[in-house]
Amino acid sequence: MAKKLLLDKAHVPGIRSYEVYRKEGGYRSVEKAFRLTPAEIVEEVKLSGLRGRGGAGFPTGMKWSFLAKPEGVPRYLVCNADESEPGTFKDRYLMEFIPHLLIEGMIVASFALGSNVSYIYIRGEYAWIADILENAIDEAKQNGWVGKNILGTGFNFELYVQRGAGAYICGEETALIESLEGKRGNPRIKPPFPAVKGLWDCPTVVNNVETLAAVVPIINEGGEAYAKIGVGKSTGTKLISACGNINKPGIYEIDMTISVEDFIFSDEYCGGIPNGKRLKACIPGGSSVPILPANLLLTTAKGEKRMMNYESLSDGGFATGSMMGSGGFIVLDEDQCIVRNTMTLARFYHHESCGQCSPCREGTGWMERILKKIESGKGEMKDIDLLWDIQRKIEGNTICPLGDAAAWPVAAAIRHFRDEFEWHVQHPDKCLTENFGLRHYADPIHVAVTA
Amino acid sequence: MADEIKTFKVTIDNITIDVPAGTTVLNAARQIGGDVAPPAMCYYSKLQGSGGKCRTCLVEVAAGSTADPRPMPKLVASCRTTVMDGMVVKNITSEKVKDARAGVVEFLLLNHPLDCPICDQAGECHLQDLGYEHGKEGTRYEFPRRTFEKEDIGPYIQLHMTRCILCYRCTYVADQLTDKRVHGILDRGEHAEISTYISKAVDNEFSGNMIDVCPVGALTDKTFRFKNRVWFTKPVDAHRTCDTPGCCGNTTLWLRGEEVFRVTARKDEWGEVKSYEGKPGWICNTCRFDKKKTSDWTIEGVTKVNRHSVISQGKYEGLVMPKETVQEVMGGRAPKLLMNIHDESEVNDPKIQLSEINGPAHAENFKN
Repeated sequence: MAKKLLLDKAHVPGIRSYEVYRKEGGYRSVEKAFRLTPAEIVEEVKLSGLRGRGGAGFPTGMKWSFLAKPEGVPRYLVCNADESEPGTFKDRYLMEFIPHLLIEGMIVASFALGSNVSYIYIRGEYAWIADILENAIDEAKQNGWVGKNILGTGFNFELYVQRGAGAYICGEETALIESLEGKRGNPRIKPPFPAVKGLWDCPTVVNNVETLAAVVPIINEGGEAYAKIGVGKSTGTKLISACGNINKPGIYEIDMTISVEDFIFSDEYCGGIPNGKRLKACIPGGSSVPILPANLLLTTAKGEKRMMNYESLSDGGFATGSMMGSGGFIVLDEDQCIVRNTMTLARFYHHESCGQCSPCREGTGWMERILKKIESGKGEMKDIDLLWDIQRKIEGNTICPLGDAAAWPVAAAIRHFRDEFEWHVQHPDKCLTENFGLRHYADPIHVAVTA
Repeated sequence: MADEIKTFKVTIDNITIDVPAGTTVLNAARQIGGDVAPPAMCYYSKLQGSGGKCRTCLVEVAAGSTADPRPMPKLVASCRTTVMDGMVVKNITSEKVKDARAGVVEFLLLNHPLDCPICDQAGECHLQDLGYEHGKEGTRYEFPRRTFEKEDIGPYIQLHMTRCILCYRCTYVADQLTDKRVHGILDRGEHAEISTYISKAVDNEFSGNMIDVCPVGALTDKTFRFKNRVWFTKPVDAHRTCDTPGCCGNTTLWLRGEEVFRVTARKDEWGEVKSYEGKPGWICNTCRFDKKKTSDWTIEGVTKVNRHSVISQGKYEGLVMPKETVQEVMGGRAPKLLMNIHDESEVNDPKIQLSEINGPAHAENFKN
């Protein structure tokens, strides 16, 4: 049983309320943090090796230390709770069941960063969670954790919840800031980065919900102790939201030393695939990361067992690997059609593109239409190459990572499942009624022996 | 010297130039000029915050600076990237850039209607130029194109959203030139459109500048719509004393004969309005839409039209008439008529109208 840092108290009855949370040891980290200097807290987070849990995996301590600190200019901490990545629902769980954990983490982080006013930007679809958070903030305020002169330290802190209007793009940090300012949620052109010019042109740090929640155990147990959990640069625990064709979908906290195979098939976690079906493919980190066929998912191209951590999941780059992403673990069994799956994702990115820069605005719609054409049995061979060319021209040429996020799933699907696309083209009638099936996607991969 | 401006050395396509710190790569390339300057569809130097959206100006940074000579991992938008000392930029010398730019041009033309023959912007359209210089001969897009209803946004400006490439320039004009913006972007992604709140009329003394900044034919001048092709009109620089605060009064009149077909701001070689005393030469709607008589204006002379416009083709500037050489070779004598061909042959008799002959002309047709 892996050690749980975030969810160990999640099942205590009434943990959502302040009294129970406090009784279970809540807000200890704030008391401890106030005995440290802000610089020491940042150092502790650096030591912990915590990486951003939102998807990119950038070291949090490093991000905090980049924050510009000009005299007389306020600084802001913004919590990115605009969790919209298909397949990811870990933040929702955290905020819905243990809202005080996030608030506690935000008080510590705000103290470390010198932010007197912080925001939780939550997606509009999580309407009821915004209410839960606001209740929790009120409770924290009544008990003196939020407000003026907290615990007599002289630190003033206000926390606000801002509801988004339901746009995936507002999960991109600069678009989130624009939206928070009351503008249209278009990503900004970087540089300047938010650490220098963010919210209202002031230095700003934007962190994911899980990242800020993880600050609590880091302060409680110490950065070094936190860094001992996990392997290599994947320290601490990570929430995985598992879904798709598995027996036990849900949120799992893992310590990143478990293999992908164990994660899918062990009873402690996903509990295998229902109805005796076989594993075909998996998107291991939320819809934008490359999809992997069963064989490459379980073993890397080098023939090693693939583990559930940042390094191992990205082993082999995009050619044979994928990414940890935000931990949205989507499992597909042999009955799933990769073309249809890719089309669904392309439709999502088409719908969510902000329309600011041309490659993403025009390219995402084009990709969706071609995929729809192939899916409905009207595709031609040249369409597959065309798709490849379009995704190549979107990737890296856009303002924000949404372009990349739209391009990668299409690229990976064609890279690993090209024969399924070709089968769709060659069997225009059959593909409407039948499935391509598993075929060779779970066959052991040939590993070249090096002398 | 304390007020000395720091200059950076930047190399673009193997040409090195010194530019003040803070200059963007695009503006440095424009100082070099010619093909080195990347095309720009959304960037407009006179509009703060513009640029970065169309991605046509992407360039490769082969070396970040002297201090940190690592190349940048991605292509960067040259309009929003400032130069560093010792930066090495590749524009037309980079295959990656050419490939990406061809992609962007294809994306921009994906949903753009090819209605150039009936579009007022034709001849001075930046997308036409871009497609001609960097585009492919055909499209690979085989789905219905996105269309919008034409929208009427006031007495002077016609919005034809189908042609829009969403450069956002017109919204910056409204933000920065007028007190109140009543139009903006609605919806998102592919369906994003420029519009006003509930088809409200855009009514402001400087709203007409939206037409000038629009790189395509999405915003056109209603007083000029379908009146003429720009290449048939003759542009002349003119000015008048304008009472509107903020209007520079310096314009280009587009004439045919004595008739003023339209009035626009004066543009530089990059298609942007010219600056006067450091300020952009925006003009007011009175100058643009109401002063349509030559007597309203003091004409300065023929406008020098920018480098890549068909308007400049074979017109006015640098026009050289071929020399009449017959008299010269004959020592000043006029040529002598030896015979009139029509005295000898009835074929091609000028009295017979070819257009009245049914079918091709034969010798039979000319027999009286």
